Amino acid sequence: MFGNPVRLLSATGLVLVLGLAAACGTAPAASGGGDAGPPRAGGTLRLGISSNPDCLDPQQVGTNAALNVGRQLVDSLTDQDPGNGKITPWLAEKWEVNADSTSFTFSLRKGATFSDGTPVDAAAVKASFDGIKAIGPKAQLGNGYLAAYKSATVVDPSTVRLDFSAPSAQFLQASSTMSLGVLAPSAYQKTPEQRCQGDGLVGSGPFVFESFKSNQQIVISKRKGYAWGSPLWKHTGEAYLDKVEFRIVPEPGVRTGSLASGQLDAITDVQPVDEPQFAGNGFTEPVRANPGIVFNLHANVTRGVLSDVKVRQAVLKGVNRQEVTDTVLTKNYKPASSILGSATPLHLDLSKELAYDPDGAKKLLDEQGWAPGPDGIRVKDGQRLTAKIVFSLVFNQNQSVLELVQQQLRKIGFDLRIEQRTTAETTQLTLAGDYDFIWYNTTRADADILRQLFSTKAGNRSKLAAGNPLDATLDAQAATVDDATRKPAVEQAQRVIIEQAYAVPVFELTQVWGLGPKTHDVAFEASSRMRLFDAWLAG
Amino acid sequence: MTNGIPRRLAQAVVVLWAAFTLSFVILYLLPGDAVLAKLGGGDGGSTLTAADVAREHAALGLDDPVVVQYGKRLLAAVQGDFGRSIASGEDATTLVLNALPSTLSITGLGLLFAVVFGGAIAILGTYTRSRWLSQFLASLPPLGNSLPTFWVGLVLIQIFSFNLGWVPALGSDGFSALVLPAVTLALPTGAIIGQVLAKSLRTQLDEPYVEVVLAKGASRARVHFGHVLRNAALPALTLVGVLAGNLLAGSVITESVFSRDGIGRVTASAVSAQDIPVVQAVIVLAALFFVVLNLAVDLLYPVLDPRLAGRVTAKAQSRGKAVSGV
Repeated sequence: MFGNPVRLLSATGLVLVLGLAAACGTAPAASGGGDAGPPRAGGTLRLGISSNPDCLDPQQVGTNAALNVGRQLVDSLTDQDPGNGKITPWLAEKWEVNADSTSFTFSLRKGATFSDGTPVDAAAVKASFDGIKAIGPKAQLGNGYLAAYKSATVVDPSTVRLDFSAPSAQFLQASSTMSLGVLAPSAYQKTPEQRCQGDGLVGSGPFVFESFKSNQQIVISKRKGYAWGSPLWKHTGEAYLDKVEFRIVPEPGVRTGSLASGQLDAITDVQPVDEPQFAGNGFTEPVRANPGIVFNLHANVTRGVLSDVKVRQAVLKGVNRQEVTDTVLTKNYKPASSILGSATPLHLDLSKELAYDPDGAKKLLDEQGWAPGPDGIRVKDGQRLTAKIVFSLVFNQNQSVLELVQQQLRKIGFDLRIEQRTTAETTQLTLAGDYDFIWYNTTRADADILRQLFSTKAGNRSKLAAGNPLDATLDAQAATVDDATRKPAVEQAQRVIIEQAYAVPVFELTQVWGLGPKTHDVAFEASSRMRLFDAWLAG
Repeated sequence: MTNGIPRRLAQAVVVLWAAFTLSFVILYLLPGDAVLAKLGGGDGGSTLTAADVAREHAALGLDDPVVVQYGKRLLAAVQGDFGRSIASGEDATTLVLNALPSTLSITGLGLLFAVVFGGAIAILGTYTRSRWLSQFLASLPPLGNSLPTFWVGLVLIQIFSFNLGWVPALGSDGFSALVLPAVTLALPTGAIIGQVLAKSLRTQLDEPYVEVVLAKGASRARVHFGHVLRNAALPALTLVGVLAGNLLAGSVITESVFSRDGIGRVTASAVSAQDIPVVQAVIVLAALFFVVLNLAVDLLYPVLDPRLAGRVTAKAQSRGKAVSGV
C-alpha cells in the first residue's frame, strides 16, 4: 500500500536525479566488457532484487523474487528446455506416463544427495510430494499442480510412481518447476513457517541456503561436490560462483544506480524508463517474456454489456497492443499474439486476429445498435457502453497501460472504468466472480494454465456456462502428454478464446535484468525465472 | 511531580489500548485480508479456490466472530504476545524488535542532526548582524521542509554514493551507511525545529528583559545564549516530542530508498499484506515510544524553566509568584 506512492513518486524523482547527474557531467562507469573468455570459477555475485520474499521455501512461494532464490536450492525430477519447451531428464533419468495421464513413474538417477548427506531416492521423493500436498494452499503454486495428486508409491529405491485422481498431463511440466523441487525428508520435521525462514530448507540443488536477513539480503553458497545437474545446462559439476548475495533493493532507481556504479553485479526488474541506461556500454540486458497467460482484460460474460459477444469482440479490436508496448513499455515487451505468451509451449500466433481494427470495432457496435452519445460514449436504450476493470499494482506499469487502453477504447465509444484494488481485494473479487473485467497475468510454461483459468470445472474466470465451446478442448489437452494430440486441442482453445473474446490479451509480461560488465551467463529457465548454475564473474 | 505520574500512566495505557483497537478495527474493515493477500500474491492466485481460503482462515482462527478474535488478541497482547505474522509465520513481536535497532540508529542520528542544524540555523540567523546572512538562513527551513523525502534521499545517493563513492547506497553495515538516511530524515525535521526556534528567538529578543540585561552590561552573546535561547527553547523542545513521530513516519520512505531493514519497511509491507499481528505490534510500539518521549519532554521543561517546576510541584502556589522570576 505504501509501496505504490513511493514507486510513483520515485519515478518522478528519478527523472530529476538523472537530470542532476547529467548536469554534474558524470555517466555510469562502464569498463571493459570485451571478450568474455572461458568461464572462471569463484567470486560472490551481488544481485539486486526488488522485493523482500516473505518466504524462501520454493515449494511454498509464488513471487519471482522468492522463486529465483528457491530455484538455486532444489533440483527437480525433470527440467524444461527454455528453447522448445520439451521436458528433459534431471533427477529422473526417464519416466513413463500411462494412457490417460493419471500415473507417472520416474526412474531416478543414482548418486544425487541432499546437502545433509542423505540420498535423493524414491522414499525422499515420495516424502517431498506428500509434504507439498499436506500444506495445501500454502504451496501457492504446487497446490494447483498437485490438485489431483492421490499418492506416491516407492516401487524400488530408485523408482517412484505418482498417482492422480484425474488426468494431469500438466504435471509433467510441473515436475520441472522449483515449486515441485525435492526437499530432503528432514525438511518436513520443521514447520512450513520454519522452512520459510530457511530453517530445514535442505535441497539437493547446486547452491545451499546460508542466511536470510529480512529486508536486507539472502546469501546462498555453492554446494560442494554437486554433480547431478540437468543435461540442459552449459557445464557439469559444481556451480562457478562461490556465493550469491541477493540484496533486497526496492527502489528501481537505486537498483540501476548501484549496478551502474559497480555496487551490484546484476539486478532484476529493470524498469522500462531505466532500460536505455544499460544499452551498449559494457552492460548487458537479458530479456525474456514470461510464458503463461499474458496480461489481459478477462471478461465476465455474465456482466452487463460484456454478455454480448459482439461488444467483447469490439473491445478486442479496439485495443492497440503495439501502441501499448511502444509508448508505455519498451521494445523488450511484446504485444500479445494470443491469450498464451509466445514463450509458452503450444502457443498459437493469432496476431492477425488481434490486429488493431477500430473501424471493425465501430462497425460491430453500430450493428448492435450502440450509437454515439453526447460525450462520445455509445448508448443503447438509455444504457451506456461501459464496463469496469479491477486491477492491482503487481506490475508497476499496470496503471499506465490501463489508462492508455482506456483512451484507445474511448475512441470506439467504449467507456472503460479503471479501479485499482489491493492484491487481497483483487483475489477476493476474483474468487467471488465479482467483476466485469479483471486484469492479471499468470506465469506457467504449460498450456494447461488455460484449463485452470477458463474451464467451468476450474477457475472459470469468464463465468462460462456448461456446454460452452471451450471445455471439451481443455479437457482433451489435460488427458495426454503427447504433443501430437495436445497441440490441436490447445490451439483450438486459444482460437475459441479470441473468437469469443472471453479475454482481451494486451501484452506479455517480460523479465528484464541488468548485468554488470563482469557478470556472465545468468540464464533464464523455461518459466523465465533465474538459473545461476552457469553464472560466473570475470576477474 | 509525584502525584502526576499515576495519572500519566493511566493516560498511557489508554493511548496504547486505543492504538491497539483502532489498528485492529481499521485493518479488519479493509476489504480482503492477510490470507487473501498472501495466497493471491505473485502467481499464487491463479488456482486458488474458496475452499483453500476457508481452510487457511480456519487454521488461523480467522473464522471466529470478530469480537472473539479481538478479545483473544487483546488478552495475548497484554501479555506481550501479538501473535505470528500471517505473511511469513514469524513471531510479530520478534519481527518488530529485530527491526527496531536499525530504525533507532537512523532516527536517533537524524534527530541529533536535526537539532544541531536546525538550532544552528536559528541561532546564527538571529545572532548575526548581516542582514543578508540572516535572510538567507531564514529561508532555509521552508526550503528544507518542502523537499520531498524520497527525492532528497535519491539525490543524496546519486551524489555521494553513485558519483563520489563515499558511502554505500545499500544496506545497514557500519556508520557510513547511516549518514545519508539520517541526513534525509533530519532535513524536514531540522527545518521545522529551525523555523520554530528562530521565531521564538525573535519574539524573545523583543522582550523588555533583554534591554534590562543589556543595560546591566551583559554582552550580546551572553544575552543570546544565556537568557534568550533558554526562554526560546521551550516551544522547540515541545516540538521535538512531536517530530520524533514524524521521524518514525519518515523512516517508511527513507528505509525503502536506502534499502535498509527497519520499522518503516516492516510497517509498509505489513500494511500492504494486511498482516494484523505485525501492524498491531508496530503501532503499539510506536504509541509506547511516543508516550515515553512526550513524558520525557514534559519532565525536561522544569529543567529549562524553573517557573514550570514551581507549577508542577506546587500547583496551589500562585502563578504570579512563579512568573516574577526573571
